[in-house]
Amino acid sequence: MYKIIKKQMLTPTIYEMEIEAPRVARSALPGQFIILRIDEKGERIPLTISDYDAEKGTVSIVTQAVGKSTMQLMTYNEGDSIADFVGPLGCPSDLCSESLDELKKKKIIFVAGGVGAAPIYPQVKWLKSKGIKSDVLIGARNKDLLILVDEMKEVAENVYIATDDGTAGFAGRATDLLEDLVNNQGKEYNHAVVIGPMIMMKFTSMTTKKLGIHTIVSLNPIMVDGTGMCGACRVVVDGEVKFACVDGPEFDGHKVDYDGAMRRQTMYKTEEGRAKLRYEEGATHKNGGCGCGGEK
Amino acid sequence: MAVNYTKVPVREQDPKVRATNFDEVCLGYNAEEAVAEAQRCLSCKNPMCVKGCPVNINIPAFIGRIKEEDFEGAAKEIAKYSALPAVCGRVCPQETQCEGRCVLGNKGDAVSIGKLERFTADWSREHNIDLVEKAEPKNKKVAVIGAGPAGLTCAGDLAKKGYDVTIFEALHKAGGVLSYGIPEFRLPKNEVVMHEVENIKKLGVKIETNVIIGKTVSIDELMEKEHFDAVFIGSGAGLPKFMNIPGETAMGVVSANEYLTRVNLMRAFDDEYDTPVRTGKKVAVIGGGNVAMDAVRTALRLGAEAHIVYRRSEAELPARIEEIHHAKEEGVIFNTLTNPVEILTDEEGWVSGMKCIKMELGEPDESGRRRPVEIPGSEFVMEVDMVVMSLGTSPNPLISSTTPGLDTNKWKCIVAEEDTGLTSKQGVYAGGDAVTGAATVILAMGAGKNAAEAIDKYLSE
Repeated sequence: MYKIIKKQMLTPTIYEMEIEAPRVARSALPGQFIILRIDEKGERIPLTISDYDAEKGTVSIVTQAVGKSTMQLMTYNEGDSIADFVGPLGCPSDLCSESLDELKKKKIIFVAGGVGAAPIYPQVKWLKSKGIKSDVLIGARNKDLLILVDEMKEVAENVYIATDDGTAGFAGRATDLLEDLVNNQGKEYNHAVVIGPMIMMKFTSMTTKKLGIHTIVSLNPIMVDGTGMCGACRVVVDGEVKFACVDGPEFDGHKVDYDGAMRRQTMYKTEEGRAKLRYEEGATHKNGGCGCGGEK
Repeated sequence: MAVNYTKVPVREQDPKVRATNFDEVCLGYNAEEAVAEAQRCLSCKNPMCVKGCPVNINIPAFIGRIKEEDFEGAAKEIAKYSALPAVCGRVCPQETQCEGRCVLGNKGDAVSIGKLERFTADWSREHNIDLVEKAEPKNKKVAVIGAGPAGLTCAGDLAKKGYDVTIFEALHKAGGVLSYGIPEFRLPKNEVVMHEVENIKKLGVKIETNVIIGKTVSIDELMEKEHFDAVFIGSGAGLPKFMNIPGETAMGVVSANEYLTRVNLMRAFDDEYDTPVRTGKKVAVIGGGNVAMDAVRTALRLGAEAHIVYRRSEAELPARIEEIHHAKEEGVIFNTLTNPVEILTDEEGWVSGMKCIKMELGEPDESGRRRPVEIPGSEFVMEVDMVVMSLGTSPNPLISSTTPGLDTNKWKCIVAEEDTGLTSKQGVYAGGDAVTGAATVILAMGAGKNAAEAIDKYLSE
């Protein structure tokens, strides 16, 4: 069992949990993810690591309650334990394996979409610990969905905010702000790390391509084991099939087949939707529901 | 006494009924049937069956005990050689091993050794027989990677010799392929697999789940920082192969590993569990091995019209005869000499069909089997809404790529000595599918057993 040491609600539906997992904490690096399972009957949920502390033996994750399992996890509190917590999975960010000299040549912008700010945080923090400066742009639909802004300000050189409705920072999309920074504010970047919903990564990558900025994205497809065993997470990158769990999760943002990846993310939407309904409304769907047998 | 050439038939669930449930197909012998079957054994002075067993169980000895109705004695006889008898009695390919060598098989039915082993193991479980024998502690630590058949066997044998053994398992549950791969209807998880895992724990073996060697911790760290004196790698062959044909990333195309893991390990067939699985109306499973049979029979039980699509003819199907027979009885449709060339999708990206080509058998290839050759112009479309790829698996490079000094061959299999499992790295042994590529449960157990012997020798020097 893995104990929840700390829980913090970042917004009414987004929460951060610091979980005791000493082995994972000792080996974790920015860019990697974990898989957790709430209890004996739960799904295996992949989540990107948002922070880790080897000495304390803890790993933090940030997630948004969107489906049955993430809603259920939100009801867990400090002191509660979850059944399983395994990792670190996937390859660390490429930045981690580059020499200090190479890193110093990079002018890095991190672009976060919504909860994507969480996996970006450890990368920015790691770079700062090496004396490398980087900028962060956080985009969200509105100010209530912005997370980790203060934490980010402590580790980033500049933090820029964009909200679709203009309730905080720049009024508009993250891509618009990025173009504005580069085209009108004299900012210069040669390396972008973009993490957020698939659709946001797709459009931001289109913008960075236009701006000539090398771009890395972190994919979050459907997974089961996270070790290369099931192939559920396969994505097409540069015309080749890759397993996001072992070949990724980070890939060249200009080479990912986003449309294919987005389609595959919806593969179990019906089953997941039904599970969420059961969770919210009780077992009213017991006898096969409408009888359609879970069509698409 | 006259020789009886006809085996006692084993009771099975009716095919029509079992095609709709996940309960075990084969019901096994009761005591009376087991004794009657045991009495057919000739107790050969030079038993060929033992030579056919990868773990050398003294088969005539345990069958002799069954004849005397000393079932506890039979269980203890098997326990000297195998820690997983209830598993082996169910999933070993006996027809090519022990039973394949039985002299009765020359004129009639071989003795049903597998069914007798299963009976003995089940009886011993139901009667809570304590099979634990412990040796004096040796104060030496051995790490075993992977809680599948190879790892469990190696760990059990080493614990019996007095070693302090910890198994590291990547998944959340022990058992390896016994848990995630082989379906409930062939190998019940809670009664059989978990019970045998518990027996190994009773020997003093510790099992740490959720530890991925090569990610969570490396072999060098285990040896240097955690002071393990030797390591056995039984990490299996976990990576699924795909065909690399167009449409393979469509929604509704899954590997047999994914499909079976969702249903077996994650129990997607059970409403109580949160695991989603796609059922499909018409499912094509590509391949002809035991895993393909498991996947197709699972699809059938989830309510689909289930097809095997295999590029050679029925005679070349690599699956156990019993599995093919069971699949047919249950209503699986076999499309042999057929090979998919493209997966077709609807406008949303879901599988809508599969373009196939008919094959014929040509000259034998290096495997000795006749090579399937495409018949030009024979393409046709099979209407399916789900495709399960069951084309075999290869070893996961997670361990080999993070362990300096550990050699692998061109198939990414770990290079290890056949008799001992010793790898190119001192103190590190390996066995099972990680070394051989995908093979059987019992061969992996044999390798685990040999490695345990070799590790004992190495640490006793």
